[in-house]
Amino acid sequence: MLDMLNGLLFSPLASLEVGEHLYWEVGNLKIHGQVFITSWVVMGLLIGASLLGTRNAQRVPQGWQNFMEYVLDFVRTLTRDQLGEKEYRAWLPFVGTLFLFIFTCNWTGILVPWKLIELPAGELAASTNDINTTAALALLTSLAYFYAGFSRKGLLGYFKGYLYPSPIMLPFKIIEDFTKPLSLSFRLFGNILADELVVGVLVLLVPVLLPLPLMVLGLFLSGIQALIFATLASTYIAEALEDHEHEAGHEEEHGTEMA
Amino acid sequence: MDSLTSAASVLAAALAVGLGAIGPGLGQGRAAGQAVEGIARQPEAEGKIRGTLLLSLAFMEALTIYGLVVALVLLFANPFAG
Repeated sequence: MLDMLNGLLFSPLASLEVGEHLYWEVGNLKIHGQVFITSWVVMGLLIGASLLGTRNAQRVPQGWQNFMEYVLDFVRTLTRDQLGEKEYRAWLPFVGTLFLFIFTCNWTGILVPWKLIELPAGELAASTNDINTTAALALLTSLAYFYAGFSRKGLLGYFKGYLYPSPIMLPFKIIEDFTKPLSLSFRLFGNILADELVVGVLVLLVPVLLPLPLMVLGLFLSGIQALIFATLASTYIAEALEDHEHEAGHEEEHGTEMA
Repeated sequence: MDSLTSAASVLAAALAVGLGAIGPGLGQGRAAGQAVEGIARQPEAEGKIRGTLLLSLAFMEALTIYGLVVALVLLFANPFAG
């Protein structure tokens, strides 16, 4: 399904693959099985962590609950900084899910020794090194901010904002709706794939010591990429919710302040 | 694929990333330098400055990523392969 969708949106890039894939046939569709396998592992990890964090919940958190509350606070701060005090609660689950899923995909791609598991074709790696995954996440973000705009202002009200501050801006606003998901998906995909390619090449050349600093750098960069994806998603939603006509009295701060 | 197309594709891929990284690299270096100076001047605004800097770096980096995607297309999914 993602392959077909991707083929429609990025025709020249529809076959952009690095290496080989484990193809699964689902009806008439061919999907990348290795992406689903690692995604399911990530989902399992996140669900497991959440269940552990809420089991035997105590008022004074201990151990794992303490850690999970720290994670929640981080995600909440991230969302609140972009969406403001009044709006962020409705969107926290979405933005939080984006951040945690991307972050966990990226880090398991680097830390888990997937190489030990042999597949008939292709190899297990971070789900986010496949353009299909990142395009799907970017399109979810597009759907989210369109939904935010429509539910807040209605169909006509939202698109009236495209003429703000001047009708001359209309073409740029329309182009923006295509470049936003494009840049979101390419940025994440390019970063993760590039890091994995660099580590792979270095392992070929100097197997033991040299790749290590680059893997540490990769952990840092992939964490930053998850943060940026979630931050930009929040920002786009905040833009869609913003009411230009009452901007003079606008008190909410849409800064990028971080804890 | 004939050898001329192969050679041209490899050169184009190298140039796409190599040249594409110059502008963002200069821009990011300048932005990071200014951010560090700003934090030195006003330490209490560190969080705000860092957040804005990260977003700016992401937007600048995206330009290089586009070059990388072009390079990857030429290397692994070449549309000019006959």
